Amino acid sequence: MKGKAYIAGAYEHPTRKAPDKSVAQLHAEVARGALEDAGLTKDDVDAYYCAGDAPGALGPLSMVEYLNLRCRHVDSTDVGGSSYLLHVGHAVEAIAAGRAKVALITLAGRPRSEGQATGTAPRAGDMRQPDLQFEYPYGPTVVNMYANCAMRHMHQFGTTAEQLAWIKVAASTHAQYNERAMLRDVVTVEEVVNSPMVSDPLHRLDCCVISDGGGALVVVAPEIMASLKRPKVKVIGVGEAVKGQMAGQVDLTYSGAAWSGPRAFEMAGVKPSDIKYASIYDSFTITVLMQIEDLGFCEKGEGGKFVADGNLISGQGRLPFNTDGGGLCNNHPANRGGITKVIEAVRQARGEAHPKVQVPDPSLVLAHGTGGSLGLRHGSATVILERE
Amino acid sequence: MASMSQDRTLPPPESNPETKAYWDAAAEGRLILRKCTGCGKVHFYPRALCPFCYGDTEWVDASGRGTIYSYSVMRRAPVPYAIGYVTLEEGVSMLTNFVDCDLDALKIGQDVRVVFKPTEGGPPLPMFTPARA
Ligand SMILES: [Zn+2]
Repeated sequence: MKGKAYIAGAYEHPTRKAPDKSVAQLHAEVARGALEDAGLTKDDVDAYYCAGDAPGALGPLSMVEYLNLRCRHVDSTDVGGSSYLLHVGHAVEAIAAGRAKVALITLAGRPRSEGQATGTAPRAGDMRQPDLQFEYPYGPTVVNMYANCAMRHMHQFGTTAEQLAWIKVAASTHAQYNERAMLRDVVTVEEVVNSPMVSDPLHRLDCCVISDGGGALVVVAPEIMASLKRPKVKVIGVGEAVKGQMAGQVDLTYSGAAWSGPRAFEMAGVKPSDIKYASIYDSFTITVLMQIEDLGFCEKGEGGKFVADGNLISGQGRLPFNTDGGGLCNNHPANRGGITKVIEAVRQARGEAHPKVQVPDPSLVLAHGTGGSLGLRHGSATVILERE
Repeated sequence: MASMSQDRTLPPPESNPETKAYWDAAAEGRLILRKCTGCGKVHFYPRALCPFCYGDTEWVDASGRGTIYSYSVMRRAPVPYAIGYVTLEEGVSMLTNFVDCDLDALKIGQDVRVVFKPTEGGPPLPMFTPARA
């Protein structure tokens, strides 16, 4: 499977607030953008992947019809914000197996226009979900369950609020160059730790933005890539995992990245220290810190020291991350940051990131996503890309 | 700065045939767990089949004592509350609220014991409060 597919098209919707558009329309606009980026048309598409943000009760059915595609392979696996990284892996499998040549992946949504209390309101859901009756009545929200991970990490490893704040400082340092970023002001550690407490120990500035928008990717077979003019960004490693409460053996100190990461690195035949740029899912600062440890960029428990003092800032630190400003500052469309993680990794690999944040040697880049709740149950997906 | 926890309106848990006994026991003020008749392991949340070996399981009484594994005080809510995991003496951790306490004085590792808090029209929820020394 290694190297059997390329990312030929990547497109991020420019909007951050879209009250005048439908969700299906946003999906179509990003599909058009990614196909144009690749130099392909809708009639080239023979595989389509989407997740729970795609409108329609039956997986991909409504969107395949809306986009008027003729597909021989579809996948609507929904693992929250990590879905689109997992879809890249599934597209690579389909292409390697000869079941597809041009796979389109879309994400879009408008939680900002729809006024969702995204991270602070408990969500009820389908009570047949077996875990829900033991959780929902206690008031778990997105933010307070990630906060549980942060609290445990601090207790067990001595991680500090200031160390977590450095993650936001790095993201904001990058976001100042992104004219579409929602938050472009560079913030300080003091500003983060003095921002209002949302759920201990996470402050408002430890949390990502809420935005409308979306993104799309086009994954293609080598013979298609050979016919295109874009820089060749090859998928050399993918890994996925699901982690939850392990039947009561709860361990909040690590994420599914500890399982998906090594799978991707093994397939790629590279080491964490080989990676020149990383897009790391950043729903909250703690999400970044735990994934950095779990992916092997530093030892478990050393994440706080690793992220401090600008080590994630492009041009300064050892691991430039989220150079578009990430979910913390730029964009978190549909409350799912997975596709923008891949898009910025592709920009870096192509040498098309903003000149102020472009890494000098983008030969090997990584994108990683966490979807669902780090403190309840979540999907993890890792993608490693090589610039050919 | 002390901030005492306040009771808040709680939605009722919705049981099913597999879990009804758990909530019936809660209504009697008892916390029960599911234990495997094959491998002997206790798990949470309760299931008919042991998640470790797919063997059959039976209900056992929990001591109701445990320690705080992690928590967070949710400030952005009409009534702030502490949500987190308690690790029970039986070795499993469960999501819960920490109640009848100073929210600012909670500590990971602290000893707690079970109490039951009423819900709106359903069985009460097992929650945990600091144990007296
Ligand atoms: Zn068993």
